[in-house]
Amino acid sequence: MMFVPGNNPGMMADAHIYGPDSIMLDLEDSVTMAEKDAARLLVYHALKSIDYGDTEMVVRINPLSTPYGRKDVEAVVKAGVDVIRMPKTETAGEVRELEAEILKVEQEIGAVGRTQIMAAIESALGIVNAYEIAKASDRMMGIALGAEDYSANLKTQRTPGGAELLLARETIVVAARAAGIACFDTVYSNLDDMETFRKEVELIKTLGFDGKSIINPRQIEVVNEVFAPSQKDIEKALRIIAAIKEAQQRGSGVISVNGKMVDRPVVIRAERTIALAVASGIIAKEDVL
Amino acid sequence: MEIKNAVAGTLESGDILIQIAPGDGLQIDLQSSVAAQFGHQIRKVITETLSGLGIEDAWVKATDKGALDCTIRARVTAAAVRATGKDVWKD
Amino acid sequence: MRNTKVVSLEEAIRRSGLQDGMTISFHHHFRGGDKVVNLVVAKLAEMGFKDLHLAASSLSDVHAPLIGHIKAGVITRISTSGLRGELAEEISHGLMEHPVVFRSHGGRGSAIASGELHIDVAFLGASSCDPLGNASGCPRSDSAKSICGSLGYALPDARYADHVVVLTDDLVDYPNVPKSISACDVESVVVVDSVGDSSKISSGAIRDSKNPRDILLAQQAARVIINSGYFKDGFSIQTGTGGASLAAVKYIRESMLERGIKASFALGGITAHMVKLHEEGLIGRLVDVQSFDKVAAESLAHDQFHQEVSAVEYASADHSGSAVHALDIVILSALEVDTDFNVNVLVGSDGIIRGAIGGHPDTAEDSALSIIVVPLLRGRIPCVVPKVTTLVTPGAGVDVVVTEYGIAVNPRRPEIAERLATAGLKILDIKELSDKARSIIGKPDPLPSGEKVVGIVMDRHGRVLDEIHEVK
Repeated sequence: MMFVPGNNPGMMADAHIYGPDSIMLDLEDSVTMAEKDAARLLVYHALKSIDYGDTEMVVRINPLSTPYGRKDVEAVVKAGVDVIRMPKTETAGEVRELEAEILKVEQEIGAVGRTQIMAAIESALGIVNAYEIAKASDRMMGIALGAEDYSANLKTQRTPGGAELLLARETIVVAARAAGIACFDTVYSNLDDMETFRKEVELIKTLGFDGKSIINPRQIEVVNEVFAPSQKDIEKALRIIAAIKEAQQRGSGVISVNGKMVDRPVVIRAERTIALAVASGIIAKEDVL
Repeated sequence: MEIKNAVAGTLESGDILIQIAPGDGLQIDLQSSVAAQFGHQIRKVITETLSGLGIEDAWVKATDKGALDCTIRARVTAAAVRATGKDVWKD
Repeated sequence: MRNTKVVSLEEAIRRSGLQDGMTISFHHHFRGGDKVVNLVVAKLAEMGFKDLHLAASSLSDVHAPLIGHIKAGVITRISTSGLRGELAEEISHGLMEHPVVFRSHGGRGSAIASGELHIDVAFLGASSCDPLGNASGCPRSDSAKSICGSLGYALPDARYADHVVVLTDDLVDYPNVPKSISACDVESVVVVDSVGDSSKISSGAIRDSKNPRDILLAQQAARVIINSGYFKDGFSIQTGTGGASLAAVKYIRESMLERGIKASFALGGITAHMVKLHEEGLIGRLVDVQSFDKVAAESLAHDQFHQEVSAVEYASADHSGSAVHALDIVILSALEVDTDFNVNVLVGSDGIIRGAIGGHPDTAEDSALSIIVVPLLRGRIPCVVPKVTTLVTPGAGVDVVVTEYGIAVNPRRPEIAERLATAGLKILDIKELSDKARSIIGKPDPLPSGEKVVGIVMDRHGRVLDEIHEVK
């Protein structure tokens, strides 16, 4: 997920060419108070006009507690955004409040249920409430860590090893998995230190995250490399998927590969491997079906 | 509709700076490195956007840095909203 | 030793027998730092010459003072590879009565060798020269003031011009060896304060581009090369100086190290990047028609496997021994590419001349694989278009077009398309790219061009390829 400032039309015009899985146009921290209105219009018209292809489009709105939040919701829902990212989420109640706002606009334009929610957790209270937040709405597609605010809230700072974030990261993965939604890690802002960035991506992959937030196209390659499954894993996964189809055609519930029965977790892991291989650009979507 | 002086946009590449002031009829002063090939289109987008907001009388100075139509629409709307206080999301 | 050749500029001009209506020539090895053209033409104006034909290997931003000399009738015709800046703008708007004749570097070399472009007096800047006229682009003494490395574009002039004047800012003792220009071709030597500002040869220090679009284009270009079928031990390569081109070298290097592949030679304009690969042992020889930065110029001065070639030896179509015939892969840039794979590197889509042909058509036609790396859009300016504003390199010689939105392969090269597709690269029809550009920026209005022809593009075989019309 690539962050793009919502008041920068040059960057918004072609952010998708770098192949991120999703683009997050930001109306919050990267936009000054004086430009909130202009950025909102820019994001609205960009979403309506620019062909972002298959890229999932996310907009980070301002908190509903600010004078901008509700207008942001109205603009981006009307523009047909895929996902609204709610910043600084601390309670399930806030998610339900956003859900009600979204529903109101969707009803007005006759598109109920179109907009999904991602909640960014950026405080100790948010981490404590992570699971409640994760299952607060049917619209929840994922939760994400916002580490800058979180580490400030903990009265510490970010370090290259990320020890200060360990509990938050693990909590978010566990909460997301328990709620059956996705989880995304925070950004890493030093573009000149690709080695530390790579280590961080390796760490969060091991922890179980589905993806990493990035601030520059140059970081995409590292994320794709780390998350890319090996050729061996892909081949195995493709065999399993083929076996499932074959079993379905036979009308049988029993799936077997090389004479061995395949359990449900193995099927899930195979599906995830294929999804990652597609996301990393190793195999084409058409090749799977 | 009463119009105050207002500005929106930037001079960054891919953006357009729109200045609006009171005027008699619609006057557009356009500066663009692509004026020869896209001048008509840029003027058309500015005119349509303003008339969509009910603005027929204004002096507009547009300094274009290769903005796409959607950016021009957004910047003209933002300048117009700032110039008139109109709420585009409700009206 | 009687130094009868060393004279003042005025005396050298007088001795040359130059008359009104004749052709004078210059090289552009100092690129944006050149001091020779302005100095010599100002002297010619002062001496009262009129109606001269200025045949330079190229002209750039620094040559704006020529505008005054054109208006005064000192210069009435120009031949060059390119024009930039104010001079280019004025000419595009109809400054000159006679159209400027544009030739590629190989085309100019051939035209001079065949006599089609006859040079009466050549004024050639050199960083070192001895009193007999042995000249070089390399510094040879502690008092040296400049360095430009290869004098490749000046060599046809030195050999074929009726009269040759070398201008130097460092007169050294005989013999100035190794020499680029032979004393036997030189009639006069003129010492001047400065022939050029070497720091302006490359537009800024060479560094790795951090522009994400350049990096994306470079990665794609490198993937095309690596999977093209031509990336094997002993291959040869030429690249330009654009951000994407330089970044591509970095990715190709990684792949060469990984697979244990080495290149036999790199050709053309040589950069610090190529010197680095050569010094690492990844490129056997550097064949240098133009040193693009100080590192390249210094390498030429000191490394026996870094060799100068003349424009004829580099890219002549008439000489089957020219280096482009042995070239496997070339990465080129473009202002515009059209759906027939024709390329324009000379005229902006606004009709203003803003570039140079360089070796573009020479290398595209004779290399085994030519790759054009170009963004789909520059701001609101489309770079993949239905028809190029000006035809410089015919599509028959262009094999692959790499953009940030996808790669197109010339239908004449189905085998390359197949290899790239097998490697997992997404290949599009070039019309899809042109349509994509149009869908993003809309349809441009036709250019407000007039009847007057301000430029003629010659192909490398000496035929007229296209005309450039004035912009109103």
